[in-house]
Amino acid sequence: MSEDLKKSLNRREFFSYLSVAWISFTAACAGLGALAFRFSYPNVNFDPEMDFIAGLPTDYEEGVDERWKNGFGVWMVKQEGKLVALSNICTHLGCVPNWLPAELKFKCPCHGSGYYMTGVNFEGPAPRPLERYKISITAEGTIKVDKTKVFRQEKGQWDHPDSYISV
Amino acid sequence: MRELINWLAEPIRSFPIFTFLFFMMMRYYKVVGTKKFGYWGLAISIPVVAWFCADPNFLAIILWPDNIPINIIIIMLTFLTWLSLYKCAENDKRIEAGECPIEALPENREKVWAWPNLVYTELFVIIATTIFLVVWAIIFKAPLEEPANVTWAPNPAKAPWYFLGLQEMLVYFDPWMAGVVLPGVIVVGLIAIPFIDTNPKGNGYYTFAERPLAITSFLFGWLVLWIYLIIVGTFLRGPNWTFYGPFEYWDFHKVVADYNVNLSEYVWIKILNVPMPKNLVLREIFGIIGTVAYLTVLPFLSLKTKIGKELYAKSGTIRYYIFVFLFIIMMSLPIKMVLRWLINLKYIVALPEWELNL
Repeated sequence: MSEDLKKSLNRREFFSYLSVAWISFTAACAGLGALAFRFSYPNVNFDPEMDFIAGLPTDYEEGVDERWKNGFGVWMVKQEGKLVALSNICTHLGCVPNWLPAELKFKCPCHGSGYYMTGVNFEGPAPRPLERYKISITAEGTIKVDKTKVFRQEKGQWDHPDSYISV
Repeated sequence: MRELINWLAEPIRSFPIFTFLFFMMMRYYKVVGTKKFGYWGLAISIPVVAWFCADPNFLAIILWPDNIPINIIIIMLTFLTWLSLYKCAENDKRIEAGECPIEALPENREKVWAWPNLVYTELFVIIATTIFLVVWAIIFKAPLEEPANVTWAPNPAKAPWYFLGLQEMLVYFDPWMAGVVLPGVIVVGLIAIPFIDTNPKGNGYYTFAERPLAITSFLFGWLVLWIYLIIVGTFLRGPNWTFYGPFEYWDFHKVVADYNVNLSEYVWIKILNVPMPKNLVLREIFGIIGTVAYLTVLPFLSLKTKIGKELYAKSGTIRYYIFVFLFIIMMSLPIKMVLRWLINLKYIVALPEWELNL
């Protein structure tokens, strides 16, 4: 075997180089993928908290209270001795309805779904009533609204004791 | 007069009017598709449009930056529909007289090179479009709004103009139906057209007489079900997605008496006068039977008709049933809209417990 032939790549060396190259390529791809995956999660989350303290039961008057709508997406509705936390997401396609005090109804600007003050749908395409969030009284006597737990009327969950507080 | 037009523009009246005009147009396409009709139509429509624009409410709607492209499109669409009918009418007259279509004349069969004939045209179109867009961008400011906020929606919240027909459709259907199933069927149906319609007539030339069913059913879906809904969704839907006539001021507090009832409530409570059954399937049984019957019985019933028999003989079993299925799915949209307008029907099958509403 001549000298210059030995200097060139033999089969075993070729495969070891190929393995190194292939592993590096895979690692680079995986790293890039991991970075892209990480990038899809925000560094700072501006979403409202899923639960919040909503003041004292005495803060609320009869009717719809909009003070938590912009911050947390919740209407506080006091009616017939019950205070409920009503979701402000339309059950049709997830728009944000408006409370119309003159007509005493929630009305969605996207497809015209309408709801009574209780949250029950009566006009437009909405297939079911607005959802209620879990609401409870803390040890200090304040109201706590927990948006991780929802109560749906059509499933008969509005009788659940966590879905309203008696005031 | 303006009151009358506002009244006529309500979907319950304007939809039948539009449908009737559409079928009259298809029936008398040889009259519509003449230059005389085109000139007369233009001559009449200009003062009418000018009179419409004299109304400040109407002008405010059509000059809203979002609506400018739709104005342009409506004008272009009217012209192109007329142009195609004109070419169809010309060719059909020639074919009736035993001549060949205009496109098949020797001077029209001449072949030319893509370069420079086509490329020069394209270059010109690119430049003209760019100038048009630049001028447009200078004249009309982009309708940008404040940053998105999850707890607030603009009122009315409107989709981009090309989705407004879909948004108007969503008023009558569950989001799963009008947002996923029907658009899916539309796309699949459009893809399926070349496989269903194997009629070789009309390849490379305009004709209506040789393919009336294909053209009529396509244009019905296009003009009546899509363009009409875009026009309604764009110009006639104001705050709270309430209907407003073309001359009506968009009063935020317009109250519309509107109470929608499910079919099950109609049947059990209003007709049979008994409380709604607890069992979900039993509760919705009338709607379910109706829907299943609509989808299964109608295709077979359609075979009894003269058109159905002819089409079946021409296209064969599988093509025929696919066509009829797509057609009755398409017709479910006007049926549901008319039911909503006439008897305030919300859903034929209402199973919100299973997220299933038809």
